[in-house]
Amino acid sequence: MKRMLWKFHGGLHLPGHKTLSNQTPIQAAPLPDFLVFPLRQHIGETAVPVVKVGDKVLKGQVIAKAKGYVSVPVHASSSGTVVAIEARPVPHPSGMFADCIVMQTDGADQWIDLNPVIDYPTLSQSALRNKLREAGIVGLGGAGFPTFIKVNPGSQLPIETLVINGAECEPYITCDDLLMRERSKGIISGIEILQHLVQAKEVLIAIEDNKPEAIRMMQQAASNNTLIRVVPIPTVYPTGGEKQLIRVLTGKEIPSKKLPADIGVICVNPGTAYAIHRAIHHGEPLISRIVTLTGRALTNPGNLETLIGTPVKDLITSAGGETEQIDRLLMGGPMMGIALNTDNIPVIKTTNCLLAAAPDELSTPSTAQPCIRCGDCARACPADLLPQQLYWFARSEEMQQAESYHLFDCIECGCCEAVCPSQIPLVQYYRFAKSDILEAERERLQADKARLRHEAREARVIRLENEHQAKLAEKKARLAKARTSDDSKKDEIAAAIARVKAKKSNQETEP
Amino acid sequence: MILSILVLTALASAFGLLLGYAAVRFRVEGDPLVDQIDALLPQTQCGQCGYPGCKPYATAIANGEADINQCPPGGEAGIQKLADLLGVEAKPLNPENGEEKDKLVAIIIEQDCIGCTLCIQACPVDAILGAAKKMHTVIEAECTGCELCVEPCPVDCIKMVPIRTGLPDWKWPKPRVPVESRL
Repeated sequence: MKRMLWKFHGGLHLPGHKTLSNQTPIQAAPLPDFLVFPLRQHIGETAVPVVKVGDKVLKGQVIAKAKGYVSVPVHASSSGTVVAIEARPVPHPSGMFADCIVMQTDGADQWIDLNPVIDYPTLSQSALRNKLREAGIVGLGGAGFPTFIKVNPGSQLPIETLVINGAECEPYITCDDLLMRERSKGIISGIEILQHLVQAKEVLIAIEDNKPEAIRMMQQAASNNTLIRVVPIPTVYPTGGEKQLIRVLTGKEIPSKKLPADIGVICVNPGTAYAIHRAIHHGEPLISRIVTLTGRALTNPGNLETLIGTPVKDLITSAGGETEQIDRLLMGGPMMGIALNTDNIPVIKTTNCLLAAAPDELSTPSTAQPCIRCGDCARACPADLLPQQLYWFARSEEMQQAESYHLFDCIECGCCEAVCPSQIPLVQYYRFAKSDILEAERERLQADKARLRHEAREARVIRLENEHQAKLAEKKARLAKARTSDDSKKDEIAAAIARVKAKKSNQETEP
Repeated sequence: MILSILVLTALASAFGLLLGYAAVRFRVEGDPLVDQIDALLPQTQCGQCGYPGCKPYATAIANGEADINQCPPGGEAGIQKLADLLGVEAKPLNPENGEEKDKLVAIIIEQDCIGCTLCIQACPVDAILGAAKKMHTVIEAECTGCELCVEPCPVDCIKMVPIRTGLPDWKWPKPRVPVESRL
């Protein structure tokens, strides 16, 4: 039976450029001399180092522990020695430095003792989630949200559908495609663990129909599990967006500012499912991932199984890239990737693709022309927003207006920018507006806290002053009382003097 | 004639009673305008405006005693917000009150601290921790950068430093792509 599919608004048919990198099987990237582990690899709290410079570490050993709730530990991805804990350039659009643990590999690649879970259904849900956390598993498809939180949507709503997002809609990227072709059994095994965790009524593996081989392999691997269905979906960018994919599969729209779990859906990347399989059945923490190396500036593009922490430079070299030929280097795809200004940064858990573009490969608008109000952006927007309005508001910094036009529902997919005949960098404007609003919000919270603390202090100062005054008044009253009974006091003193005198005369007469 | 007077008197007294009742029943405690102004002020509690804190300044603005351009930490953006709220023209910051600068936090050079507690008494938001003859330290996350602790320190061991910015509070810049002119 063919499953009914829905459509989302807008979207684009983009040239795929996938054959550039999906013609060869996954290969292991060479072991680099140095590995660099940023302490912050995903949203949430930064991990805290638990090793010192000079420590010997083994492959899979925890080198930084989670801090706070939205946080997972970082593991060494090979054996070697910690040589530095310092600020290094990290994959981030700012190009800023951040704290990293740097280790020199010893070539032995020696594992710690691995403790696979023998029979996971016997573990409680929370113990199993904790295993995922200890293994450092985060979403490998997007922003790297810690998986143990995602699969714990709370008891308020049962999860109807577990969606495995194998759409991989962005051009150039093929890491999930290759993973699904070659390791379908492992993915299915990870999906079964996820299914056990969230108790979904059905599991849908969504794969764009431009990946027939992946669809076939996944169908084969899932054939003896009746809950799991592989659903080929039409190839439209950005159908791999969480909200768009859920719309296509279920026809349900996720309300603004809500999560898929709020409508009973959880969406997980196949790479994450595979990492869960490795973590539970083999006891291996998340220390490697498949990275697509692509772009016409590489002579040897393909997919490499890469240790987390491998410098981008080493990967580019092993894919036959000459630095001089690379016009632009992107981490991620051409639509949503971030431009790198250096190859001296490491692969992190969320690095799905490195795109080394030749000079004429990607369009790089250097000038923007005025908006002609054609409305193409609104037709292309998969979130059904009004990009043009948002642009005007962001440009004139009318942030409240931008927010009321649902700026935060923008998924930054870049469709509007791609169709804009004036080549206006729209997404940049939205990102600017979003971070401006978030900063204002942070400042407001800070101000509210300062106000509370100030008021508390004022109240305390007044209270202390009152208490002091009360004490003074009490003392005064006591003195006044004493003065009225002055005579009795005088008698007391006289009696005391007499006592002392008597004692003295006694002492004089005694010897 | 008499009828119309009677009807109007009756109506007037009925509405008068209604208004009188509403004034008692729906009475708003405090001055809402003061709170609205206070919400726009940065809560630095630095006193540069000439009032002993943000709330007194807000009260003074509400009473028409102070101008809206006396808050250096709020800066031009703050003045603009106040102008929008009060429906008046924005004006440049009064240089007598100080100048707008980047947000700072206080740090105590701890080996120089003699533990006199003067800075603790000066801090308007209790962001300094310490006790008599014990070293003091600033809780950076609570410091508003008001600089009130700098002056009382007898050994000049308090410095104002720029806030360290990390990746989480990095801000995307506004695009600066030149717009091609068609002249």
